[in-house]
Parts: sequence; structure tokens; C-alpha cells
Amino acid sequence: MMLSRVAERIYWAARYLERVENTARLVSVYDNLLFDLPRSVNIGWFNLVIINSGTELFFERYKVQDERNVVKFTLADDTNPSSMLSSLTMLRENIRTARDVLPAEAWELVNELLLFARNDIQQGINRNGRHAFLNGIIEGCQGINGLLLGTMSRDAAWHFMRLGCNLERADMTTRLLDAGAAVLQLSEDNDTTNLSQIVWGNVLRSGSAYMAYRRTMRTAVNGSDVARFLLSDEHFPRSVGFCLDQISSATARLPTAGKRYASIKPQLPKHDIRDGFCLSPDFRDYLNDQQLVLAEAHNHIASNWFAHD
Amino acid sequence: MSIDWKQYDSGGFFDELISSPGNARAPARKLANYLASLDEEELEKRRLMAEATIQEMGVSFTVYTEEGNIDRAWPFDLIPRTISRKQWDKTAAGLKQRLRVLNMFINDLYHDQNVINDGIIPRHLIENSVNFRPECVGVSPPHGVWAHICGTDLVRDGDGEFYVLEDNLRVPSGVSYMLENRAITKRVLPELFENDNIMPIDDYPAQLFDTLAALSPRKVKQPEIVVLTPGIFNSAYFEHAFLAQQMGAELVEGSDLVVSEDDLVFMRTIDGLTRVDVIYRRIDDLFLDPEVFDKGSVLGVPGLMRAWKAGNVALANAPGAGVADDKVIYAYVPQLIKYYLDEEPLLRNVKTFLCENDKDRAYVLENLDKLVVKPANESGGYGMLVGPHSTKKDQAKFAELIKSNPRNYIAQPTLALSTAPTLVDNNKLEPRHLDLRPFILQGKDVYVTTGGLTRVAMKKGSLVVNSSQGGGSKDTWIVDTEAK
Repeated sequence: MMLSRVAERIYWAARYLERVENTARLVSVYDNLLFDLPRSVNIGWFNLVIINSGTELFFERYKVQDERNVVKFTLADDTNPSSMLSSLTMLRENIRTARDVLPAEAWELVNELLLFARNDIQQGINRNGRHAFLNGIIEGCQGINGLLLGTMSRDAAWHFMRLGCNLERADMTTRLLDAGAAVLQLSEDNDTTNLSQIVWGNVLRSGSAYMAYRRTMRTAVNGSDVARFLLSDEHFPRSVGFCLDQISSATARLPTAGKRYASIKPQLPKHDIRDGFCLSPDFRDYLNDQQLVLAEAHNHIASNWFAHD
Repeated sequence: MSIDWKQYDSGGFFDELISSPGNARAPARKLANYLASLDEEELEKRRLMAEATIQEMGVSFTVYTEEGNIDRAWPFDLIPRTISRKQWDKTAAGLKQRLRVLNMFINDLYHDQNVINDGIIPRHLIENSVNFRPECVGVSPPHGVWAHICGTDLVRDGDGEFYVLEDNLRVPSGVSYMLENRAITKRVLPELFENDNIMPIDDYPAQLFDTLAALSPRKVKQPEIVVLTPGIFNSAYFEHAFLAQQMGAELVEGSDLVVSEDDLVFMRTIDGLTRVDVIYRRIDDLFLDPEVFDKGSVLGVPGLMRAWKAGNVALANAPGAGVADDKVIYAYVPQLIKYYLDEEPLLRNVKTFLCENDKDRAYVLENLDKLVVKPANESGGYGMLVGPHSTKKDQAKFAELIKSNPRNYIAQPTLALSTAPTLVDNNKLEPRHLDLRPFILQGKDVYVTTGGLTRVAMKKGSLVVNSSQGGGSKDTWIVDTEAK
């Protein structure tokens, strides 16, 4: 038995939890990426804002697209609803209003994490403390996920958590791939092999996928294989295909009697990922189609279980 | 410098812990010795630990300000307040007696009104009561009980006796803080629980659950119990969530519930509509049902009164129970105890002047600088005049208020509220005034919490303990000094 309103809040709590971790990862990988890129490659921190669809809002707040402003905007800005701190605050609000169905320790861990983030946010903005700060955030999120994994009954609350977490994860993985493709498209450098290695390597790292990729694909890092792996690997928990399977299996365990959508099974859009495909504009269109699949899955979930009337 | 009890002086007030400089009362003896053994650094460490614990546990309450609502950390004083078990047992018996009588009184008012017909309570008092609900006349809730959850405020006067200050029968709050205060103390001063016989308090959620379950109209094994909250912006939202979680009940808002045409209450769930049996409502009467009361209320549930009157759902506390939560009725409680039970009151009332009586009113108007004047139906310490701390202007304003609506005002002598040592700046201990709010439950049986919520006025000399007005709180220990 679960209230529709509570189901919705749990779903969003899971999305925000995932978003906090992903945002921290993204900044952390960018930190590394920009050290490795040849000076001639002219892509900057601003790409972070583009990935998170924040361009317009950014220019309302800042003029200069430098590292400090971008990092501030991405991590700390209250007026940016997708900033890490905003997501963390929303995570807390959603857990606060769904506390009665979550383990009590989850509430305490979220409070600790928010306190840590607020107190130490300056460390994340300054370059020298950034690594430790972001690690602290990522570890905090993993701690909460671990607690939930180890203590939650596998009832409806759990399945709504899975739905939120996997939708958000799939969304972020498509954004990461898009970011990689964008960097390579924008660069005017001719030495694309070396650059491509650096970029795709970092795309993998930002999804904690580097090791898994090496072991599974047993090949050098190249765009098409990275795309194949991050889109459709059956075993890696952050691949889009894996997340979509999780969504199908979670929705199958929720009550569907009398619901509008008897089954919700989002699929990867069909496309043959040929070598070199990742450099073409078609690839980014493909990723856009992928985003539409996710948006539709969200709408179906909301209509089935969150509708208030 | 560590604590030196010889330096602590309550300034002539009855002190909860210390009987005379350097001498602790029996239930506080081990505590006082232990505190004296901590050096200043250690004491500071514990204080900081308590603060961190409160933030981590997310214990908070909401303060309404002009700039919006602020979620503030719960104000907690590290030093517990102690009461001997022997004295507590007597007090608890008095509290049970009182609630039983208040419920008999409410039930009488909504049925035969014998108490009025027999001339104990003047009829116009009830007719003019803002909390008497004509809509409730003739309704018979289970066990004849209307006020299932009661928070009674007790104070100790200079003579060391407990007096009843008021009975909160509408939606009394604070019990979650009582439980959290104990949880904090256990984390911060764990050593003390090894040596002292401190009675546990944590059975309250189970007792509350049993009380509510006994009200279910459907005789099923697992009645569906919900806590109805006005929502996250209510000052007691933390408590609503806490109690729902502790009882394993659903925490619902008005929009989660719906009443069908055949007067049954359902909640909207992921499975569809699910029947609800018992509602522990934390919304005031007038917002409960826009069909009957405040038409504009979005907090309530249209049709809820229909369902309750049809006996298809239990409401705790029942609508209309607030008629006995009136400071004028309060003055009659000792007589009500004699009338309904033919017993002597086990707990004393504070001397109360009813402004609607000519003699009393004349005395009150003469002595506004010495008395505490309270409106009959406010809670949270709002709209009060504390005579000795008031200006001539305040007094003149209250004189007018009293004259224009005497039924709505009572006055009481300024009590010499007891004190307890409280940590103030620089880790020094100073006496601060406090009260005590135990919680009493009545369904099939009557239950009293072991102790209650101690609220303390953090400002020197202040008598205002409400957390909305700068009050703090303490863990309350009922200590069994006779146990081996």
C-alpha cells in the first residue's frame, strides 16, 4: 500500500540523488580532461553548461564563461535548478516528505551530506580543494545508495526508487556521449586520433565505465565502441540499455490493474552504430531520439501511478 | 573550570535538581556528581556533540516569520531535568483522572447536558464557546471518548507541588521532541544510563497506535490508520512525519483522501482507492471539512464530517473536543471531577480569576501589573499579558480587551515557576524557568507518558517557554531512586 503522492516523491528523490552524484562526477572528469587536452584544442568549461542545458540561464547570471563561473553555476548556484546544491536540496525535500517509507538513516545521511556540501562548497569552487570535495559528495551519494540497497524492502517504494535512479542514469549517459561528440565536432584540430582517445576515455571515466569497458570490449578506446558499450552493454549498470531493462522490470512489479499503460518497456531507438558514426551529426540526432524515449517513459510512469485524480 | 554546584544559586525559586547550594535532590544526585566530574573542555565537547546530533537527526521545527518559514534546529539543553518516580506516579494518576473527567464532560455536552441542567456549568459559557460545535451534537464516538490525545501543561510553584496550567485537547504537539530529546541524551551522555535508573519512554508510539487502532469502525486485524497533516509548512510537520513513521501509519495530506457518496473515506494509492479506518488528524476542526466548516479550506477533505457522523471513520481527536480546551472551563475542572467521579482532584489547578464574574473582573483590572492574563482559546503563548513584565500601555490595552469581551479572558497569579540548571554562554550553568507537558492517551484504556516534554525559557528571568518564542527544551528523567 502506498500513496500516489509518496510514490512520486520517492521517484524524484531517487532522480535527484542520481543527479547529485552525476553532476559531481561530471565536474570531476572535466577537471581531469582539461589538463590532458592539447593547448590547441579550444573547448572550455562552458561545455559543462551546455551538457546540462543551462546556456540561457547561465547568461542571465554571468558574462564570462570562465572556469570559476561555470563551476560555481554547476555546483553551487541556487538560481540554477540543476546545480548540484539545488539537486541536493530537492533530494532532501523529497525525502523529508517521504520519510515515513524510507529507512530513518537515509534522512540522517542526506542531512549530513547537505551540511557537508553547504559548509565546504567553496572547496569545490577553488581548484585546489575540488577533488577532495567532489569525492566527498560522490562517496556521500554512494553511502546513501548503499544504505537503501542494504535495508529497503523490495516493495513498491523500492521499485519507484529504481525507476527514478535508472531514468536519471540513462539520461546522464546520453548526455555524456553527446558531450564527447560535441567536443570532437567543435575541435578544429587535425590530430583527431589522439584527441578522440582523450575525450572518449574521459567520457568513460565520468560514467565510472573505464575498467568495465576495457574488460568487456577488449579493444582500444574509440568512439564507436564507447558508444556501443555505453548504449547497449547488457551487464554494465550505467549503460542506457541496462537502465531501460531495469525500468521495464521495475514497472512490471507495480500494480497495473486499471492503469492506462499496462506495460512500460522503453527501447533503444534502432540504429546501426558504424565505425566513425560518432563524429557525424546523425549521432547527436540519435541521442536526441534517445532522450525522447526517456521523456515518454517518464510520462507513462507519472500517468499510471502519480496522477492525483 | 568545571561545574561547581556550590556556586549555583536558583535565587529562591524551587530548583528541580538542587535543593540548596551544593546539594542535589535525590533523583539528580548521580547526574550532578557526573556533571561535576567533567572538565570544561569535555562539557563543551558534549554540547557541540548534541548540536551536531540534532542537525544530523534533522530534528527541526518551523518558525513563521515575515520573510517566510524557517526550518530551525530544535533548541535543546544538554542538562536533563529529573523527577522522582514516586512523585511522578502520583502526578500520572492525577492526569488520568483529569482526562477521564474531561471526556465524560465533552460527551455529556454533546448529549444530555446534565452538567448544565444540574447547574455545575453556566449554560451561556457553552453557548458562547468558540470551540463548541453544534454539528457534533448527538454523535457517539467509540468508548464515549472525544479527546484521545491530550497534552497537559504542568508547572511547579515555589512549594514544589505540580499544578495544572492548561489542558491541550485540540491538536497538542511536542511528543516527538520528548522522544528525540531522549535519543539525543543517550548519544551524548551514554554513561549516565548505566548507573542511574532512568525510566524508558519509548513505548509512546506503540501506545498511540493501540489507542488509535481501538477506535477502528471496521473490526479488522489491521485497521488502516493515517496521520493527517496540513503539510510541510506546518510548524509541527516534523512531528507528524515522525509519528507516522514510528507507528507504521501513512502520513497523508487532505488531497490524498477522498470521501465517497456512501460516506466512506479512501486514500489515493498506487493501487487505486484504499479504505481508511482511523484518522489521527493534526488539522484544526475548522479546516477539516470544507462542506461543513471553513468553505475555503484546502487542507481538509470534503465530506469528512459525513463519514465521521455515519461512524465509518474515527477521528482523533474528535471534532468538537476543543470545547473543554478553554481556560474558563479549566477553572471548573476540580468541580467536574467531583461531579462526574465523586472524587477529590489528585492534581491542583492554578488559582484562576474568570473575568466574566464581576468580582473577579474588578480584582483583575485592579491588579493587571501582578497577574498573567490569558485569552480563553489561544495556544502557543500568543495574546498573553505577563503583568510584572508589562508596560502601562500594555496593561491599558488589556483592560480594554477584558472589558469588551470578559468571557474571553482569565487571569492567574504570576507563578514562581521552578528552575533547573541550564547551560548558557561560556558553558556556565544558570537557573532557567521551565514547565512540563506530559501526554495522556485515552481510547479503551488510559495511558500517561513517563515524564513528558520539558520546555525551558532560555532568556534569563523569562517565563515564556514556547519554542515559537525562543524557548528551549530538556530531556526529562523519571528516576527510580528506590530500585536496586
